Amino acid sequence: MLVQLLYFAWVREMVGADAETLALPDGVATVAALLDWLATRSGGHAAALKDRSRIRVAVDQRFATPETPLAGASEIAIFPPVTGG
Amino acid sequence: MIAARLQAEPFEAAAEQAALLAGRSDLGAAVSFTGLVRADDGLVALTLEHYPAMTLTQMQAIADQASARWPGVEGSIIHRHGRLLPGEAIVLVTTASPHRADAFAAAQYLMDWLKTKAPFWKREERADGSARWVEAKASDDAAAGRWDQPGRVVM
Repeated sequence: MLVQLLYFAWVREMVGADAETLALPDGVATVAALLDWLATRSGGHAAALKDRSRIRVAVDQRFATPETPLAGASEIAIFPPVTGG
Repeated sequence: MIAARLQAEPFEAAAEQAALLAGRSDLGAAVSFTGLVRADDGLVALTLEHYPAMTLTQMQAIADQASARWPGVEGSIIHRHGRLLPGEAIVLVTTASPHRADAFAAAQYLMDWLKTKAPFWKREERADGSARWVEAKASDDAAAGRWDQPGRVVM
């Protein structure tokens, strides 16, 4: 399954890219599994995703939880807790 | 109806309120809240990054939740993005209703949820050339959580 990954704020800086398109391996079926797999892709990914309590995820522009399934998803954004307002 | 807008340009709080109230005689209360860039600890600029495909949709969802909770309230929320200087306005919440309690409550509700559920991130630049991303505050989550239906805005 091909998905577009988006990174924002310090996650973007640590990963070293604002977006990438990746084919998810079989077995990467939830947000938690995606983060585990992404963390193995580079030192930057690993550093950015090290503390999961500081990571938030949106699947197709909706806030997700670690258990959110990825079936059918096309855009997954990974970012720190929001600080607007 | 509460309308959401996202823009890089400055806004005019007085004009926004005047437009909301123009020609109306049924409204008894109007509230205007402006959030500003504060020059703490040598801050020289604040950059607001956001998630373009999600931000406005999420802001409107928050506005719609407020409308559902206070049907008599009308108004708007405007949030800026980009690089802002101390003293510049970041966010504007304008509400009006027949009586003051609803206008005040809806304005506070809108701000509490904008702080915790709209995908913006603040990056601070300091006079010494350093920069850092603002950390989310547990107190902001607590402020939003006291509105006793926390699950409903998480769309």
